[in-house]
Amino acid sequence: MQGLLRIARLSLSHKWFLFGAYACTASVTATSLFMPHLVGQAIDSLALNLRGGADAFKTSLFLALMVLLANSLRGIFAFGQNYFGECLSQHTVYKLRNRFYDHVQNLSFGFHDKQHTGNLMSRAITDVEAVRMFINAGIVRTPYYIAMFVFAAFLMINLDWKLGIACVAFMPLVAVISGLSKVHLRRIWLRVQEDMSELSNVLQENLTGVKVVRAFAAEEFEKGKFEGKNQKVTRDFIRAERIASLNNASMILVLLAATGIVLWYGGSRVIDGHMTAGQLAQFFLYLQLLVMPVRQAGMMINSFTRALTASVRLFEILDAKSDVQEKHEAISLPRVEGTVKFEKVTFGYTKNSLSLNDINLEVLPGQSVALLGTPGSGKSTLVNLLSRFYDVNSGEITIDGINVRDVTLKSLRQNIGFVQQDVFLFSASIRDNIAYGKENASMEDVIEAAKIAQLHNQIENLEDGYETILGERGSNLSGGQQQRLSLARAILLDPPILVLDDSTSSVDAQTEELIRIALEEVMCNRTTFIIANRISSVHMADQILVMKNGKIAERGTHSHLVETSPIYREIYDLQLRPQKEVLLDHEVHDIYNRNLA
Amino acid sequence: MSQPTSKPASTNQAEEETFGTAYNGRVIARFLPYLTPHKGSVAVAITATLVFSATQISAPWLIKIGIDEFIKSGNFSGLTWIVALFFGAAIINWMSSFIQNYTIARVGQGILFRLRGDMFAHLQKLSLGYFDKTEVGRIMSRVQGDVFQLQEFLAVAIVTAGEVLSLIGIIAALILLNMELGLISMSVWPLLVLVVIFWQPLAKISFIRVRKAMSTVNGALNENITGVRVVQSMNRQDRNLQLFSEKNRENLAASTQATKLSSGLIPLVDTLTAVSIGAVIFFGSGMVSNNTLEIGALIAFILYVQKFFDPLRNLTMQYTQLQRAMASGERIFELLNIKPDLLDKENAQELPTVKGEIQFVNVSFRYSAGEDVLKNINLHFLPGETVAIVGPTGAGKTTLTSLFSRFYDVEKGRGSVLIDGHDIRDISRISLASQVSMVPQEPFLFSGTIADNIRYNHTSITNQDIVNATMLVGAHDFISDLEDGYNTYLHERGVNLSMGERQLLSFARAIAADPRILILDEATANIDSATESFIQKALKQVLKGRTAVVIAHRLSTIRGADKIVVLDHGKVMEVGNHQSLLDNEGLYAHLYKMNYAAIENTAPPRNFE
Repeated sequence: MQGLLRIARLSLSHKWFLFGAYACTASVTATSLFMPHLVGQAIDSLALNLRGGADAFKTSLFLALMVLLANSLRGIFAFGQNYFGECLSQHTVYKLRNRFYDHVQNLSFGFHDKQHTGNLMSRAITDVEAVRMFINAGIVRTPYYIAMFVFAAFLMINLDWKLGIACVAFMPLVAVISGLSKVHLRRIWLRVQEDMSELSNVLQENLTGVKVVRAFAAEEFEKGKFEGKNQKVTRDFIRAERIASLNNASMILVLLAATGIVLWYGGSRVIDGHMTAGQLAQFFLYLQLLVMPVRQAGMMINSFTRALTASVRLFEILDAKSDVQEKHEAISLPRVEGTVKFEKVTFGYTKNSLSLNDINLEVLPGQSVALLGTPGSGKSTLVNLLSRFYDVNSGEITIDGINVRDVTLKSLRQNIGFVQQDVFLFSASIRDNIAYGKENASMEDVIEAAKIAQLHNQIENLEDGYETILGERGSNLSGGQQQRLSLARAILLDPPILVLDDSTSSVDAQTEELIRIALEEVMCNRTTFIIANRISSVHMADQILVMKNGKIAERGTHSHLVETSPIYREIYDLQLRPQKEVLLDHEVHDIYNRNLA
Repeated sequence: MSQPTSKPASTNQAEEETFGTAYNGRVIARFLPYLTPHKGSVAVAITATLVFSATQISAPWLIKIGIDEFIKSGNFSGLTWIVALFFGAAIINWMSSFIQNYTIARVGQGILFRLRGDMFAHLQKLSLGYFDKTEVGRIMSRVQGDVFQLQEFLAVAIVTAGEVLSLIGIIAALILLNMELGLISMSVWPLLVLVVIFWQPLAKISFIRVRKAMSTVNGALNENITGVRVVQSMNRQDRNLQLFSEKNRENLAASTQATKLSSGLIPLVDTLTAVSIGAVIFFGSGMVSNNTLEIGALIAFILYVQKFFDPLRNLTMQYTQLQRAMASGERIFELLNIKPDLLDKENAQELPTVKGEIQFVNVSFRYSAGEDVLKNINLHFLPGETVAIVGPTGAGKTTLTSLFSRFYDVEKGRGSVLIDGHDIRDISRISLASQVSMVPQEPFLFSGTIADNIRYNHTSITNQDIVNATMLVGAHDFISDLEDGYNTYLHERGVNLSMGERQLLSFARAIAADPRILILDEATANIDSATESFIQKALKQVLKGRTAVVIAHRLSTIRGADKIVVLDHGKVMEVGNHQSLLDNEGLYAHLYKMNYAAIENTAPPRNFE
């Protein structure tokens, strides 16, 4: 409920739209209710005229013009009601979207680790849409429908209280029943949606895994899977349609039933002389105004229940606090020399387990540090702490002697070029992707960065060169090219500190070689952290840290570690020993079998 | 990977044609067969629609009779009869409305069920050549988006049919009640039609604009969330918000404009209704005075006139839907009309159980009308051999293995691929595939349990077979350690497993199928050393006793092979074993030095130990 109030408050910031919508609503209600009265009068004056009354021509002309005026005005106000209502909801949602976007992009990695993109997107799309509907249907329309119902009921009872009550009495009941059935229906529709997503899941897996499907000749099997889901979708859909059809038909029945009552009871009142024909006609017309809100009751109740859950889900995100907060008195970190120190740093993603434990490390400007270790040993965590994507639990990290928690996030991250483990490219031109962190970079600088990243020649070979638009997540570049592009992006920033997270995974040996050449150039004169699994990528580092269970298990240079560290030696043997032997003495071993022994 | 890389670049702007012509004979003709099995239901639906419209129109008419025949003359029992009739009509109206909607929904869903099934079945027949060229998203939008459009269309079609009928009914009623007044009340229609003709294209443009703006906004948001780590490390938040709010503002502007357009019809329709009712009151009063019209008829007139603008207005909306449905229908049938390019011959034979001998005889191959990816390949692999294929990126390694799985067919006259002496184009694909298994470079698992994944389509595989397979590749232990063991459900293709574990399951699946020939595309991604030694152990078991062709990246695999084939630019450069190729000092020796000699200088000599 609180969520709905907060949405209402948000929409209040556009008072004028709200005011316009309500003013028009009031006018629409008034003019709508005036119409039946005019028609009734016209008919009564006719009846009077038939009995030899006054100037029928003038009266009917006057009434016809009044009808014209009233209904035209109604139309104009209805336009205003629609327009202002829509403006109100669109403007509110516009703000909400901007807020959502900005809030989410500033939340720490800790938040994003736990949230799936799909989940956030469904809030941004479905829940925001539910809020929009609610502003229009709930905030603007609900008072309109209620007013319409109350006034129409009042006028009918005023005209003939017995007939009025007979018509009005069972309407609220109908409204509630229809509302409930709409809510029930929505549950079924949600199930249909779920069925649909299961169906599309089967389809998508079938398409992305088409090679496996073909290789195993599993086409018939796949058809069976699809057929099952397809049947389920169809069955639930038909069920939903049955309820919806019944509901729609029943709503028409309510109107017809009420009309029947008016015809019968009202007719008898006319026969008795208690009512005029005009009043009877008036009743028929009021009835239509009375039933309209009843027919919409389901829609309104639906918009409330939807907005209720949607607002909770939205504010859950919008109220989420980032784990990483800037201090009020945070200073701007100038361009650093590049001395990095970790002192007794501990960190855990959850309260119960530590991912980093008592990390001590000192790196001098221009030095390179390589991190090696199994997944989950804490390599990526360590470098993520440096950029303050997470905050340490205890201990401190300093750059040039300044604690990273004392400076603004922006100035800190400007000093650190970060090549992420997951290469992410944006759907924009190659140039724009390289210049992502420095939009006003000159073309020369962009090309220079690409050259250092060993990518320039390949870009030149593309038809559109640097203007090539990358498809979804850069799908028109190979894995290795994407990685080098993300490297070029960091190079362009010319940061004093560079972090390369797992930057040579999933590329073949040739590409790895290219990247290594690129790195050698990039690393000079920068403090560099490099995470990799291949000995070949780490062996040149000034310091190699072998991580294990959140601790630095071994440290030293390559030649030192090969001799002293059993873990390092083991990795080394597994990856490189065979050909070293071959190169040394050309002795042919069946390494293949020995390695497995 | 040497797949053709010329996939069409997808951009945000690549908005597909949304609208077609409102009537497309080809689409309708293709669609009709889907309707035939539902002939009976369609007849029921049509009858129900007719009855529904008739009862709908009868209401004001019955009121007229009630007033003019009975109320005026004070005949209460007559009035009661009319009201009884009225209630009867209401009940029939209720039933027919339900039957109409429900039947049409059932027919519609039945059609969509078959359509989806047909599309899926058709996709299973298409060769990999098609999937190389077509993005998954595009196909998905055929099967989902376009079928959904048809569904919307069917929903709308019911309403439209009803509206057209009630419009006809109302016109008939007005004319029958009083021809002169009927024509007067309808005199404003041409004006409305004229306005709608001008309004329609504007509405369409505005509709497209809203859709584009909305998808741009959502796309930008999605991209920013997925790339949030880069955004934050590059300090792009402020600039991104600025760019986003521009897109968001365009969406706001588009929506507001669309609202103006769609709401703009309201005052128009209301005014025209008012003109009609005013005219009815004015002229009708005169007629009543002249006794050419009765009061009840006048009331019925007003009730009818109030109703007749709704169908007109709705029809214009549904016209748009009709256009979209036609465009979607066209795309759906375009998909269904694609001829499968890899079909078994009519007299295709079953491949008997093979020993596993593979021969390439003068094979040249190209992907649709491109350059030759393989050039005059001649190779001979013996049963039980382990063959490593090596070569630089783009040499044709993947293509070579794709050919003897028959993912693609070698064109006539450009050589042939033989398995145990059978030309694989002459045998049925299924009988071939049941003896050839593949382990792809990136393990691909399906959502389902681990057991389901290992068994996959070989439903005859017993639980014991599954355990045997996992024991063989060394996956049994980690599976048993999972809470639900073999019944562990893999969400989203196994994101809850590590890469190495997925790789082992992919091995197990290939082994469980017990193939004579195994194709293995070795992973290039760095896996941690523990998993790597695990996988190497598994590999040894997997390769034993079968003809195995490995696209190899690991030195240990290459060196363990019986035969190494070195490919470059689609040609076989060298064939031999590790030592003979090194001695040969050709491409292999060169590649070998380049890739594995990188740290030669920094490695301490072994005898230092």
